[in-house]
Amino acid sequence: MSQHEAHPATEPAPNERAEQYFVATQWQLMWRKFIRHRLAVIGAVVLAVFYVWGLFPEFLSPSVPSERVRELAFSPPQRVRFVHDGRIRGPFVYGYRQSIDPLTLQKLYTADTTDLRPIRLFVRAAEYKLWGLIPGDIHLFGSDRGPVMLLGADSFGRDLFTRNLYAARVSLSVGLVGVVLSFVLGLVLGGISGYYGGMVDNVIQRIIEFLISLPTIPVWMGLAAALPPEWGSIQIYFGVTIILSIVGWTGLARVVRGKLLELREADFVMAARIAGARQRRIIAGHLMPSFMSYLIVHLTLAIPRMILGETALSFLGLGIRPPAVSWGTLLQDAQNIQTVVLYPWLMSPALFVVAAVLMFNFLGDGLRDAADPYK
Amino acid sequence: MLTSHMLAYILRRIGVMVVVLAAVSVCAFVIIQLPPGDYLDDYIAGLQARGTEVDQAEIEALRHQYGLDRPIYLQYLRWIGKIVRGDMGYSFVYARPVEALLKERLPLTVTISVLTLLFVYAVAVPIGIYSATHQYSFADYGFTVFGFVGLATPNFLLALVMMMLFFYLFGLNIGGLFSMEYVGAPWSFGKLLDLLAHLPVPIVVLGTAGTAGLIRVLRGSLLDELSKQYVITARAKGLDEQRLLFKYPVRVAVNPMLSTVGWLLPEIVSGETIVAIVLGLPTIGPLVFNSLLSQDMLLAGSTIMLLSFLTVVGTLISDLLLVMVDPRIRFEAVQS
Repeated sequence: MSQHEAHPATEPAPNERAEQYFVATQWQLMWRKFIRHRLAVIGAVVLAVFYVWGLFPEFLSPSVPSERVRELAFSPPQRVRFVHDGRIRGPFVYGYRQSIDPLTLQKLYTADTTDLRPIRLFVRAAEYKLWGLIPGDIHLFGSDRGPVMLLGADSFGRDLFTRNLYAARVSLSVGLVGVVLSFVLGLVLGGISGYYGGMVDNVIQRIIEFLISLPTIPVWMGLAAALPPEWGSIQIYFGVTIILSIVGWTGLARVVRGKLLELREADFVMAARIAGARQRRIIAGHLMPSFMSYLIVHLTLAIPRMILGETALSFLGLGIRPPAVSWGTLLQDAQNIQTVVLYPWLMSPALFVVAAVLMFNFLGDGLRDAADPYK
Repeated sequence: MLTSHMLAYILRRIGVMVVVLAAVSVCAFVIIQLPPGDYLDDYIAGLQARGTEVDQAEIEALRHQYGLDRPIYLQYLRWIGKIVRGDMGYSFVYARPVEALLKERLPLTVTISVLTLLFVYAVAVPIGIYSATHQYSFADYGFTVFGFVGLATPNFLLALVMMMLFFYLFGLNIGGLFSMEYVGAPWSFGKLLDLLAHLPVPIVVLGTAGTAGLIRVLRGSLLDELSKQYVITARAKGLDEQRLLFKYPVRVAVNPMLSTVGWLLPEIVSGETIVAIVLGLPTIGPLVFNSLLSQDMLLAGSTIMLLSFLTVVGTLISDLLLVMVDPRIRFEAVQS
């Protein structure tokens, strides 16, 4: 695509689109390809929703994660209904009437059609501190006539919907923070390795090969078991993320190094060098833009691996520790199969995990296609 | 086939492997030393909790006996020296020699890993070929969806879901590898059959993610191959479609799959750890977990070493296979 084609002065209007195509920057082209990838757009939208949940669970959930309603232990999810007595009305849920199964002595919950709980917006309920700083008690939705538990309750009668939203904060951000850490490590070490080559390259490559040859999960478990028991939630959180990135950076370092080695010999870099461009300009102006897109793709695909790692560790009781909630710690309640069969809604965090990972994979796939100029 | 160059390559690789394993041993030792305190502390705390008087001299004697009073590097040398001589020490938690524990569980771990690997190939190869030759067909979309979901589901969750389903639908508890009556029983034909009946669930659980990944890899590489000119030439010359497919593109596309053993096997061994805990399999995984939780250092060190050993050997085997099968890689390897 030469310059002449890009700016034909006398081109008629129908070709304006084509013209736009030719003068579009690399990022504009990628954006166009990306929004045509339907699954990737869905992924991006769903993830945006998830992250908003993770940012404001205090406001978006009808309760707080530690609030216990003893008499509602193991109560099933409440259905949001619109019809009462054959008449349509605003959204509401029924409260529960309890009975005891005479044979199994199990608590049974049946919808109590006399206990109508209309769902309202911006209700005042349990007090919270947004991000641990700003006090408040306004919740996006809820009912002033009793608890609303859209995903049921756990063994202590805590609202699972609320807990899942708070867990999103921890689980989703572990992925981001972990990826940032491995990004820095991978970029620096991979960059050094690819740029200097020789002895340094050799040493770093051997270290990477060594780390890759370790069985990930046992090593994670070993490191996580070493986190001091007296640490607070925040320390544990960062401890876990660091553990996840110790193994995670290697892949990224390999990508950076490979790309740098390839680009170092590319004609346009050579041209810039001959034209007298300085080192910094070559790196910032020529090298970075050409592998930035690869990095973004790689990062997107690395996040779900971190999320899965955190979930697995927390599930085993080696990662995030209660009272902090992550999807993994919530799933600890689902370890006992008999409980899960009786109260399947305890598995709800699994749906969130799978959805988040799936959406990240969609997004990553879309970004990869968009970043590939030959597609 | 086996030239002197090849032999040199293999020897060099084995040399590298020994170095890596030495590094792994240091790593494993560091990991088991990281938690504050040691098993004796736990042990003493336990005794005190039960009201038993603990004599200071006795503690010192125990410390000395296990070499816990010596500098750390001497502890390491003592530990690794014993392992090299085949003495892995004694597990406090299981109150048995580590060797005996591993001897019992290692064969099951290896069996499950290898069978899972075979399962992955047996399922992924035909599906991958079908998906690539029937691109954008209904089944292809189906497999693609399966691939995405399979990759997104952590295997321990899949284990939970399977257990739940089996329990819910059939009232069966599918945990473990043996039925009650065979646990601890000597090997017999009945026990073998029992094992075979229990194996499918862990294998499917462990293999799903790998299968999903491999289908995508294979589909992609076969599609690349199919659009190449030699395929068009062969087709233009009137070669039978079936023969054309299997004679060239499939062979080329399957080649990189051998190298996937290199990452598939570590993934299976590593993933097996958690799945085994969830499903209650008598393999190495739960040993790692329990020993780490209770700071049973000798057992933790040995199991981590052993799993790493399996991983490294698996990678070596896959590299050697690749060298044997692919002349291009053979050339490169021998050249360097």
